[in-house]
Amino acid sequence: MISLEYYLALSAVIFSIGLISILINRNLIVVLISLEVMLAGVNLSLVALSHYMSDIKGQILVLFSIGVAAGSVAVGLSLLIANFNLRKSVDILELSELKEEHVE
Amino acid sequence: MMEFLLMLLKTTVVFGIVLTHVAYTTYAERKVIGRAQARMGPMEVGPHGLLQPIADFIKIFFKEDIVPANSEKLIFQIAPIIVLVFTMVNLTVIPFDRNFILADLNLGVLLILAFASLSVYGIILAGWASNSRYSFLGGIRSASQVLSYEIALGLSLAGVVLAAGSLNLKDIVIAQHNTPLGMYAIPQIIGFIVFVIAAFAETNRAPFDLPEAETELVAGYLTEYSAFRYALFFLAEYVAMYIMAFFCALCFLGGWTIPKFLTDIFPILDKVPGILWFAVKVYAFIFLYIWVRATLPRYRFDQLLNIGWKVLIPAGILNLLIVAIVKRFSL
Amino acid sequence: MIYFIFAYFCLSMIGISLIAITRKNPVHSVLWLLLLFLHIAVVYLFLNAEFLAMVQIIVYAGAILVMFLFTVFLLGAKNIPKEKRYTNLWEGRLLVGLALTAIFVAIFSKIKLSFKGIHTIEYIEKTGNVKAVGTVLFNEYALSILMLGIILLIPMIAVVVLAWRKT
Repeated sequence: MISLEYYLALSAVIFSIGLISILINRNLIVVLISLEVMLAGVNLSLVALSHYMSDIKGQILVLFSIGVAAGSVAVGLSLLIANFNLRKSVDILELSELKEEHVE
Repeated sequence: MMEFLLMLLKTTVVFGIVLTHVAYTTYAERKVIGRAQARMGPMEVGPHGLLQPIADFIKIFFKEDIVPANSEKLIFQIAPIIVLVFTMVNLTVIPFDRNFILADLNLGVLLILAFASLSVYGIILAGWASNSRYSFLGGIRSASQVLSYEIALGLSLAGVVLAAGSLNLKDIVIAQHNTPLGMYAIPQIIGFIVFVIAAFAETNRAPFDLPEAETELVAGYLTEYSAFRYALFFLAEYVAMYIMAFFCALCFLGGWTIPKFLTDIFPILDKVPGILWFAVKVYAFIFLYIWVRATLPRYRFDQLLNIGWKVLIPAGILNLLIVAIVKRFSL
Repeated sequence: MIYFIFAYFCLSMIGISLIAITRKNPVHSVLWLLLLFLHIAVVYLFLNAEFLAMVQIIVYAGAILVMFLFTVFLLGAKNIPKEKRYTNLWEGRLLVGLALTAIFVAIFSKIKLSFKGIHTIEYIEKTGNVKAVGTVLFNEYALSILMLGIILLIPMIAVVVLAWRKT
């Protein structure tokens, strides 16, 4: 049997890969993709804990997490499209100021 | 070791029989559509044109394989394989008879829904990787059509699963056998009609075949594919037709059983092996596919999406509501 | 035997997520993400959560990623030039991220369980995973399911409003 530590370590590594990618990437599409990777890591740890604690509530929480992630990805992508229609680029450093015309 | 070889043999038998049926369904389609249009269909190759599929197959092997210049080579080559593989996986959970099933999963219905939504990827990638505007547009249209009708398909199946109490396909057939009418199509007639229409739309067949009609966008996402890759897409489409026919026969028409009131009247019908009844129901559904293709004109794309979202989903929800009320008050 | 399969899944999931976030072409990133989700569905099968594996494939891999793909196609994002891929001060952020990784892995592997519920493997094998999830879900968390429906309705409206082009 595979003990719980391996599943939790795997989920921690996947979560951290997503986290590091959000911190260092400049392309908004890659940021949204790494957000998905983070959510996948968290869901994996929830299911592993639900299996080893013999409680079904972990799986129920994963169902809610998948549902809410679907909604959040939809809103995130539509914001991406609205931003692209305005500024014609997917660079997050162009979003770092609030005013419309940005100075280099 | 022994059971591994037995499983390999069963898999080969199932895949061989289904692929032979697929090859001869192309022949049957040409014959039936020809007769519906007052002509004979293929008559040259072999007696009454019976060797026509073999001739087609040999021709496809000798055609030149063209890969467009600026396309994404790897994705272009993988796309037909994705569609075919994810469609053929569905064959493993179909019970053809009381004891003949490749993988007796407790989640057969969900697996078929899951792999139906995965085979959309092959279509999208084929349309995009061809690097041509019309293929891309055809691929996007086809994908949005399949995704819209998946919901209606799921809703009609939810009524069946609620009435049977299990997602296992064998349990659904056995639960159908225990009802007085023997099939779920008759008490859940709304669900049955929703399933049939959604099955036509899921496999991109007439009257919903705008993405691949020849008078529209050339051949939609299939335009740039030649020779064997085109044959793979074609194969995948017919195998998907068979999966929908199997699904309909199992969930709505009673599978390998016949209604109990018929065996009360004619007791000799009990001796007929179950797979014969299954085959009759599947052939009837495939004939319905071909018949509808010969008869009905195709829908415009916005009419198609209107039907999927505004007509079939409310009908499916109504069906689910009726089944839930009937089951709650134990009618 | 099962250790080898699990080792393959560990290494492949880490490798696939690393490849997915370093591609230049965003379509390739989304396709590697699809492969990651299929691997995660199989690991859910390891953990006796078959309903969740199928839901993951239907919802995540079959609907959310298709939405991603459509958006990436719509943007027509060209390849990003090589010198503008990472933010400023990316070395510092990478170091902080790696330190956080080490802390997470060290803490998560030391968790000790003290609570055992009723849904053991035998119980779930007797009643079936779907029935076990459904019984608890619709009895204790019925209000949460209704709210999840509303939570999914609002982004539908929001998407249409946000991406509306006044042409």
